[in-house]
Amino acid sequence: MVRVNKKVTSVLWLCVILSLRTLGSNGELVQPENPSAALTQRPLPPIDAVDDVPQAFPEEEKENLPVFTMDYPRIQVPFEITLWVLLASFSKIGFHVYHKITIWIPESCLLISIGLIVGAIMHSVHEEPPAVLESNVFFLYMLPPIVLESGYFMPTRPFFENAGTVLWYAVIGSLWNSIGIGLSLYGICQIEAFGVQDINLQENLLFASIISAVDPVAVLNVFEDISVNEQLFIVIFGEGLFNDAVTVVLYNMFTFVADMPVVDSVDVFLGVARFFVVGLGGIMFGFLFGLAAAFTTRFTSNVWQIEPLFVLMYSYLAYLVAELFGISSIMAIVMCALTMRYYVEANVCQRSCTTIRHVIKMLASISETLIFFFLGVVTITMEHEWNWGYILFTLVFAFIWRGLGILVLSQIINPFRTIPFNYKDQFGLAYGGLRGAICFALVFLLPENIGRRKLFLTDSIVVILFTVFIQGISIRPLVEYLVNIRRTHKMETINVEIHSRVMEHTIAGIEDLCGQWSHHYWKDKFKKFNDKIIRRILLRDNRAESSIVALYKRLELQNAIELLDAPLGDISAAPSVISLYEEKASQKASKKPKRKFLAADIQNMHDILSKNMYKIRQRTMAYTNKNTLGNNLQAREILIRRHSSVRRSIRPGSFRDPSMSKSQKYFSLPAGQSLERAFPVTALRNGDHETASEMGYPSTRPKLGPPHRYSSRGPMSRRLDTLREAAASDSSSRPSSVDFLNERGGSRPPSRSASRQGPAVQKAPVPTPRRRSTGGRHHSQDEEGPENEDGLELQPLAPPPGGREEPQDPFWGEVRNPLLRRHPSDPDNTRRF
Amino acid sequence: MGAFHSVPTEDNLEDLAERTGFSLEQVKNLHRRFKYLSGGAETLRKENLESISDLAFNPIRKQIIQAFFDKRNFGQNGAGSVQEIGFEEFLIVLANFRPPAPRITEEERETIKREKLRFLFNMHDTDNDGTITLEEYRHVVEELLSSSGAIGKETAKAISDAAMLEVASVTVGQMRPDEFYEGITFEHFQQILKGLDIDSKMSIRFMNVNTSNMRCGK
Repeated sequence: MVRVNKKVTSVLWLCVILSLRTLGSNGELVQPENPSAALTQRPLPPIDAVDDVPQAFPEEEKENLPVFTMDYPRIQVPFEITLWVLLASFSKIGFHVYHKITIWIPESCLLISIGLIVGAIMHSVHEEPPAVLESNVFFLYMLPPIVLESGYFMPTRPFFENAGTVLWYAVIGSLWNSIGIGLSLYGICQIEAFGVQDINLQENLLFASIISAVDPVAVLNVFEDISVNEQLFIVIFGEGLFNDAVTVVLYNMFTFVADMPVVDSVDVFLGVARFFVVGLGGIMFGFLFGLAAAFTTRFTSNVWQIEPLFVLMYSYLAYLVAELFGISSIMAIVMCALTMRYYVEANVCQRSCTTIRHVIKMLASISETLIFFFLGVVTITMEHEWNWGYILFTLVFAFIWRGLGILVLSQIINPFRTIPFNYKDQFGLAYGGLRGAICFALVFLLPENIGRRKLFLTDSIVVILFTVFIQGISIRPLVEYLVNIRRTHKMETINVEIHSRVMEHTIAGIEDLCGQWSHHYWKDKFKKFNDKIIRRILLRDNRAESSIVALYKRLELQNAIELLDAPLGDISAAPSVISLYEEKASQKASKKPKRKFLAADIQNMHDILSKNMYKIRQRTMAYTNKNTLGNNLQAREILIRRHSSVRRSIRPGSFRDPSMSKSQKYFSLPAGQSLERAFPVTALRNGDHETASEMGYPSTRPKLGPPHRYSSRGPMSRRLDTLREAAASDSSSRPSSVDFLNERGGSRPPSRSASRQGPAVQKAPVPTPRRRSTGGRHHSQDEEGPENEDGLELQPLAPPPGGREEPQDPFWGEVRNPLLRRHPSDPDNTRRF
Repeated sequence: MGAFHSVPTEDNLEDLAERTGFSLEQVKNLHRRFKYLSGGAETLRKENLESISDLAFNPIRKQIIQAFFDKRNFGQNGAGSVQEIGFEEFLIVLANFRPPAPRITEEERETIKREKLRFLFNMHDTDNDGTITLEEYRHVVEELLSSSGAIGKETAKAISDAAMLEVASVTVGQMRPDEFYEGITFEHFQQILKGLDIDSKMSIRFMNVNTSNMRCGK
């Protein structure tokens, strides 16, 4: 895989260089007064270019209207940025073609490697690296998306439960590391043998503050996969986030201080004061902007097209204003995201919610990718200043102070924690201190007047490479060995949600009862305040919605979407979504491919679809009409319909009607696996997948499915048709299922032919006998009728997309779904036709 | 039941501390709270707990209070409920919420988890028949959702039904058409919640210092 990547990248890169070169030289020709100074390319001998394109620029006809012109300098900057982003994105695709690579090697390693390769190519052709990374570009454009993403997808609940610990490690830990490493390095500088006596204390501290910024992404990926306990996860997450804020504040302070020849004690005192002003000011600004954003989205329901924009702009505004006043812009944007998220997501429609999440993820992902990428490029192309002593000692000190810091800070914080960190946790925390993008960017932006800037740059690159490669690769086996947690997948089920809620209330109640107070007490108080006042002001629809109901609705929707999508799913997504319960069985089963659609299954699908797709169809229709949605009504409808059907099926009597119970069970029983599998794949489409993005913060990022899956919200009728197509084509290739299809076709020929022709398709899947047998449903289906037809009229039937004949085996295959499996053997099966 | 009626001496408290795993400070602290709640009496009645103002907004306060008067939670093999409890029972019930000690074996951790879960299970299983029936489950969900007002009973029922089906599908797997899932047994209960960090979620940090004066809104 790596080989392929390299090839792809190098080919791509060559293309880029070639195209730039050609274009660049043409640009010279168009505007001779503006020579290649602006270009990153080395000027070529102009003869080549003239020889290459003699026709395009006939110089003798200059006075005439040019038929064909080229103006490269005009587009140069955006053009090159686009190419860089594309290149980085392509390499990302490459990693995930073979997804096992990213399990064992963190993505940042791969990105840096690609960067190194590109850098090597550039170096060999004497290319200058692009000047994209400069102070303003970084702080104004690259950093905000990264922190916004962290803030927006911060798992709120665990964060607030551990807020004290997180801040303790982030703030005190950063200070500890900065000061510890800074002073130790200053000590090293006093040793003559290393030849670095000219680095003074301020510069050492500045450098130390840079080097103490940890980057949690790689570690979080690992921790997510091996499911360490929640507290460890959130502490790493929060530490990385707030640590950035602290580091940037320290950085700004120390760059200022580094200029000063003498530092008074007053300055130290002012520095401390400034530290608090900057931090708390950032929090305040963020809070205000977050509230403003939430309040604004209350009124955006009629302009839902630009809803996501409000969120992004308010966050960015918070960032910029904080930057304007010189307070912590990171804190501002994080606080803004934290504050608004809950209210915004309750206000905006679901599609906007999805868009917001995707855009934020995308921007952050690109920023980070670019930074790592440039790290690789710069490592090769820049001049280094190597000093063994200083660099080795930096490595050692960074490691030691981190370890010591965690050890000492944990001993102090442990007595205040309900569940203290044991030594294994502490090891995980200490070893997880990888340095990353922020560290590199900060050191790259060091002002030129720092004498040993190059040494610092080299040094931090070494530290980053060391931690990212050595620690990043080894942390998974190490933690796995230490923590020896069996891999349990996080289940998102209604039961878990209900009982978590019960537990919370119980704990809060017991605390009230025995007169203890802790965060549960404050959470209770805040919740009351929130329900009484804040929600009323900020939310359009301030009816409190329990998280249980929210989850329930979400699961409903997921189930529905899954049913729509499952047969079209891509095979590559399958392994990651296999459920806990079916894993063992499926490992054997997936080896022998059994792709066949049982007639009963198709029947089932149609059945389910026609009954339950109401909401989705509505949405599709509304989209075409550019109407706004009345979300609540539809959600309610699903709930009610579902409610009646579920209740019917749970009654003992109802199980006597096998067709009934089975189809109901099939849809109503997420059976663990469907919820589970919804997590990585559907979550991205589904949008309002709160928990997924909370705890799944790192994992969702790399697992973006192939783009065509995003079209999954296509009109329902087309889906149905595709189903049939899939089944039909499948049957032609695999005789085993022909029987069933024939059997089905024989029993109900009209529906099958009608399905190809249009409007009747919606009716067809509903088995008439069943409708009669369940009198209670009459009502809802009648109601549904016009909807269906509307949807159909608006959405002309599209031919099934090519290349999708292969139905998704894991879901529809026999083994994974015990309910489906039973159909062929069921004697009552034919009753439904 | 209610054996601990005399004024507790230092010895008694130490004995209790040993049996319940609390520290002496915590026991003393809780004893003060007990006295405060019971209005100075030796025993605690339901009305005492129901009058706690902080508890008034807790949607499942009835279950919580009931848990204190449930013989199953007293450690002996009793069943049914009592009218009043002494300090000892109070302490035993609260001991269910002690955080696990930092260094314990995996087995001990499992035991603690099981006890905590058992407590939760008993809260739901009101008739003590070993299963949480659909009715009981519905009741819990309704109570849970009662605080958010706008959600009707219908929704609560739908949710509990779905949850019940979920349990059935996770634990039993497929059922024959004539089968009927009676209710959640404790084993099934454990199974559906095994992904949760029970020991951290069901733990309270009991203060060693007297916090009763530090309360706000009291």
